[in-house]
Amino acid sequence: MGLNSLYLKQERDAEWRAELRKKTKNKDRMLINRVSMPELEPEIRVNYQDREVNSGLTREMAMQEAIRCMDCANPTCIEGCPVSINIPKFIKNIERGEIQQAASVLKETSALPAVCGRVCPQEKQCEAQCFYVQKLNKPAVAIGHLERFAADYERENGEMSVPETAESNGIKVATVGSGPAALSFAGDMIKKGYDVTVFEALHEIGGVLKYGIPEFRLPNNIVDKELENLQKMGVHFETNFIVGRTASFDDLKEQGFQAFFIGSGAGLPRFMNIPGENYNGILSSNEYLTRVNLMGAQYDETDTPVLHGKRVAVVGGGNTAMDSVRTALRLGAEKAMIVYRRSEEEMPARIEEIKHAKEEGVEFHNLCNPLEYYGDEKGRVSGMKLIRMELGEPDASGRRRPVPMEGSEFEMDVDLVIVAVGVSPNPLVPSSLKELNVTKWGTIVVDENNMQSSIPEMFAGGDIVRGGATVILAMGDGRLAAEKMDHFLQEKYTVN
Amino acid sequence: MNKVVKKEFFSEKVVRLVVEAPLIARARKAGNFVILRVGEKGERIPLTIASADAEKGTIDLVAQVVGVSTSKLAELEPGDYITDLVGPLGKPTHIEKVGTILAAGGGVGVAPLLPIVEAFKKAGNRVITVLAARSKDLIILEDQMRQWSDELIVMTDDGSHGRQGLVTAGMEEILQREKVDECIVIGPAIMMKFAALLTEKYKVPTQASLNSIMVDGTGMCGACRVSVGGKTRFTCVDGPEFDAHHIDFDEMLMRLGGYREEEREALERYHLQHKLVEK
Ligand SMILES: Cc1cc2nc3c(=O)[nH]c(=O)nc-3n(C[C@H](O)[C@H](O)[C@H](O)COP(=O)(O)OP(=O)(O)OC[C@H]3O[C@@H](n4cnc5c(N)ncnc54)[C@H](O)[C@@H]3O)c2cc1C
Ligand SMILES: Cc1cc2nc3c(=O)[nH]c(=O)nc-3n(C[C@H](O)[C@H](O)[C@H](O)COP(=O)(O)OP(=O)(O)OC[C@H]3O[C@@H](n4cnc5c(N)ncnc54)[C@H](O)[C@@H]3O)c2cc1C
Ligand code: SF4
Ligand code: SF4
Ligand code: FES
Repeated sequence: MGLNSLYLKQERDAEWRAELRKKTKNKDRMLINRVSMPELEPEIRVNYQDREVNSGLTREMAMQEAIRCMDCANPTCIEGCPVSINIPKFIKNIERGEIQQAASVLKETSALPAVCGRVCPQEKQCEAQCFYVQKLNKPAVAIGHLERFAADYERENGEMSVPETAESNGIKVATVGSGPAALSFAGDMIKKGYDVTVFEALHEIGGVLKYGIPEFRLPNNIVDKELENLQKMGVHFETNFIVGRTASFDDLKEQGFQAFFIGSGAGLPRFMNIPGENYNGILSSNEYLTRVNLMGAQYDETDTPVLHGKRVAVVGGGNTAMDSVRTALRLGAEKAMIVYRRSEEEMPARIEEIKHAKEEGVEFHNLCNPLEYYGDEKGRVSGMKLIRMELGEPDASGRRRPVPMEGSEFEMDVDLVIVAVGVSPNPLVPSSLKELNVTKWGTIVVDENNMQSSIPEMFAGGDIVRGGATVILAMGDGRLAAEKMDHFLQEKYTVN
Repeated sequence: MNKVVKKEFFSEKVVRLVVEAPLIARARKAGNFVILRVGEKGERIPLTIASADAEKGTIDLVAQVVGVSTSKLAELEPGDYITDLVGPLGKPTHIEKVGTILAAGGGVGVAPLLPIVEAFKKAGNRVITVLAARSKDLIILEDQMRQWSDELIVMTDDGSHGRQGLVTAGMEEILQREKVDECIVIGPAIMMKFAALLTEKYKVPTQASLNSIMVDGTGMCGACRVSVGGKTRFTCVDGPEFDAHHIDFDEMLMRLGGYREEEREALERYHLQHKLVEK
């Protein structure tokens, strides 16, 4: 920590920043209202699966918002960011109009800034720790919006800077999976001079960023641009390759791979195991979103089909549930409903997604839980039985536990149900490595100081370690693993 | 991208493709399958690896043309590429020396049955095989099957080849005649359902290989779920073979029809496009 705060102080002492601080009094900075993100009108956007809801700040808006940040001597915001982005440094660069430099600051620590600016639950992370929230009881500086602005600006204006890479050291390392954990690991290792290959089971790189999060929140071309950057730096990508099946870890070691980063995600959908759940028209959010986001099933010219519902119920209250219900609206649902067993306060989804869903006309049936499904003569779901819930004592997670209210059962007509009640770790890798330590939930056990598993040359991070978590936590794990694997390999090579 | 090196038609609607896939050819075991996609707009579909040549680095796929994706696959010529191909997927068949094996294949189910029959024979079992189809020209791989079977019975619905009758008639004859230790059936769901009812009567342990609808094939989506012994299982990672006496075949048949309307529309669009192109 000592080194970090020294670096932050040194950066903050830079002449241009001292000048900026003097230019505007904090009192005046505090008078500015937080910027609001321009958005596509709800009536328009519900017709397009692939048009982004947030349209991004203008340069003027961003520079104005940047003034709000007081360039604190003790920037607590950074502590809220899992990859420790130097937040005041990038924001002050926006304030003085050096947007390109702001983008470079982001890239010092984040491999995918345009992605995080869009999907991070900022209100729980960096922005929650901002001085405005902590001490002034005012809305935080819009760190996420500014981050997105800087990254987009760089992409849209002029050349994307390709970060410098060290001279090749010829040591081969690989990732299992290509989600945010693996990509940020790959970005850091290629910078350190390693020969990096990313292995991905699906036919597209990106993990959940591609098959899960819809284009109205995260356009695929933005992910692709960031991937292009990695490719330019020299990362090899191998799609349609399942590590442990297409080739074993031993095969890969024989080919010269010295160490692995497992970022295989939490891709196994959970169902509720209630009667009727296997009727047609009841599917996991993973299936629904994959058909649409990865396979483009909503377009006539693609071969993959998707079911269209008129009355759609989505079970769950996380980001996945919001993405599914809003996708259903865009695919023509007349009624799109969230069924969630707790109250809105406990919903794990980003606040912005809940707000957007409401604006678009999604109905919220909170404090309700499905008990059973009914089908028609063809086996397609036609209705569901639910029960009302109330919140009881807090459970192990600290959230108040939902308990069914006896006698409150009721029925609803539905013709499509998306189950979004969580995911479990993908068992493909653990099942192919008997010596790997896993928890009873199937997550890989790692030393959290260095992300190393019970097999020394295997590091792991992201959802396969944490269960379902976030993009930025996955990226933080990838970075830490890269740093520690580098030490591990350097030690090994100097000893031998 | 995987290159098609050879192609032949077994019948008007059944095609065999030999495809370059060196890693899969080396890693695959009997019972494994692949998922492939033809074209950038293509759908991911599962096909069993009918056989493989590890030295040449190729795998054989045998596909019955039923809809858009299998039509596109059958149109590929040697030298063309399959856009995406991933595998080997699924649990391999549990092969052991158990004594006498009764293997029953219906329609295109004969293709995935071939490597299993071969493996059981090589493990030292006596293998009796029953092949069935609607008519003579739909019977495939008869010679290859004969090579690995101690006895081979062919059944056709119309009697145009072998004996007339359903696959179950051929099976029952054997079950009545001698003690069978294990049975494996692969074919249309409805055939597997009746085969399972039959072997249950004779108390012969039976495996069926299911052809559920799939998307990713890695356990990620749950499209392929089936009920086995009252529990939900994923065909792609827990299967494709399950204890036939515990499979809920009626539910499976229902789920296979889950996208029928969409598939029909897609096929119509496809035929229309073809007509336009031909004109
Ligand atoms: C619909 C949805 C919306 C979400 N919204 C948000 C959000 O707004 N904000 C947020 O922060 N988080 C969100 N999340 C969570 C976030 O996406 C995940 O926490 C994050 O993607 C985890 O990253 P990862 O790198 O661990 O794995 P993943 O992104 O899951 O990627 C793992 C990849 O590994 C591949 N793989 C698995 N096994 C193998 C193998 N053996 N060989 C090769 N490849 C393999 C998989 O195919 C997959 O592509 C959302 C998740 C979903 C599903
Ligand atoms: C493990 C496994 C192994 C298989 N092996 C073979 C094989 O060796 N040879 C062979 O000819 N067929 C095999 N099949 C079936 C084959 O996958 C389907 O016939 C094919 O997907 C149909 O696609 P289509 O677009 O041509 O037809 P469509 O018009 O899309 O569908 C026709 C019927 O095929 C089934 N089907 C549709 N989409 C899928 C899908 N994505 N996955 C699975 N089934 C689907 C449905 O029952 C549908 O009603 C296998 C299936 C599984 C699950
Ligand atoms: S990466 Fe996420 S947590 Fe970190 S500063 Fe950006 S938005 Fe905040
Ligand atoms: S805590 Fe808030 S005001 Fe202070 S430096 Fe960070 S973003 Fe700026
Ligand atoms: S095909 Fe997706 S889980 Fe089996």
